[in-house]
Amino acid sequence: MKFNLRWSYFLPAILLLTLALIFSVYLEKIKSGKSIRDVPSAMIGKPVPSFKLPGIEGIGEGFSSKVLKGKTTLVNVWASWCQPCHLEHKYLMKLAKQGVWIYSINYKDTPQAARLFLTKLGNPYKSIGADLTGRVTIDWGVYGYPETFIIDKNGYIQYRHIGPIMNDDLTQKIIPMIKRLNK
Amino acid sequence: MKTKCLIAVFIMMFTPMKTSIAIEPSEIFKDPVLEQRARNLSQGLRCLVCQNQSIDDSNADLARDLRLVVRERLRLGYTNDQVLDFVVSRYGEFVLLRPRLNTRTALLWLSPVLILSFGIIGIIIWFRRRNLIEINNLSPEEEKKVLCLLSKNSNSKNGG
Repeated sequence: MKFNLRWSYFLPAILLLTLALIFSVYLEKIKSGKSIRDVPSAMIGKPVPSFKLPGIEGIGEGFSSKVLKGKTTLVNVWASWCQPCHLEHKYLMKLAKQGVWIYSINYKDTPQAARLFLTKLGNPYKSIGADLTGRVTIDWGVYGYPETFIIDKNGYIQYRHIGPIMNDDLTQKIIPMIKRLNK
Repeated sequence: MKTKCLIAVFIMMFTPMKTSIAIEPSEIFKDPVLEQRARNLSQGLRCLVCQNQSIDDSNADLARDLRLVVRERLRLGYTNDQVLDFVVSRYGEFVLLRPRLNTRTALLWLSPVLILSFGIIGIIIWFRRRNLIEINNLSPEEEKKVLCLLSKNSNSKNGG
């Protein structure tokens, strides 16, 4: 018997392989622990946007983009109403104890709530700027809270962490990155 | 009664719904031209909180802030492209619901043309094959041979 092999007989196999390829790419993405929702940052490798923010009433003065130079620094965007911000706070305290300078942008918060948050959980911040309108936060390209940026000593954004910093993020990403930039 | 109901449902199904917009009255421009530009721009910008809604549709806080940014820039006399460039510089190409044509998006933009041309090529090949089969008639010699074989066959049948 003659076996007539036509290319169309391979169509199901080709379809299967294509689907397998697509699924495996997505599986890798899921396994890597990165959320598919995470938007690649447009700000990495760029200088920090210029801004000047007032402080939270009763916690001292705010800061401007000029201070983010001369040393590797962190900029943390947070709010007292943001639950994940509560989760990551103890890791920020840890970092601050190691001598890391963390600046922070307090996003659309009331002074009372922000003060209460910091007296309860501690204040790891070198300085806090209050962004009441959210405009400076847009300049940073932030869309979720919390977000944390690592700034090199020349004032360029080198890393962005979306969501709360947990223990693994701290030991595997943030601390190695700071060490590398301090070299 | 039942048919009337069905007709009503049918008509409702195909009536375009007024799309929900999230813009608040305080945001709206007095100048209708400027307002239309602001609306067009916001419809093309992705809300990063909801991701599949434009900032024109979304009630998210960030969407509202972005709408205000767009409107403020328009008021200051920025062109549409300058406004989009600003948002893209902050949030990346991902915010554009209509991606721009560049080397990274070329495949995306060309895919309809590619798929269509694959289809057309496929159809052409299919037609050619069919024609080949039809054209492939027997040559006179072959026809003689066939007739010969057929007559032999009938002879042997008669003889047997």
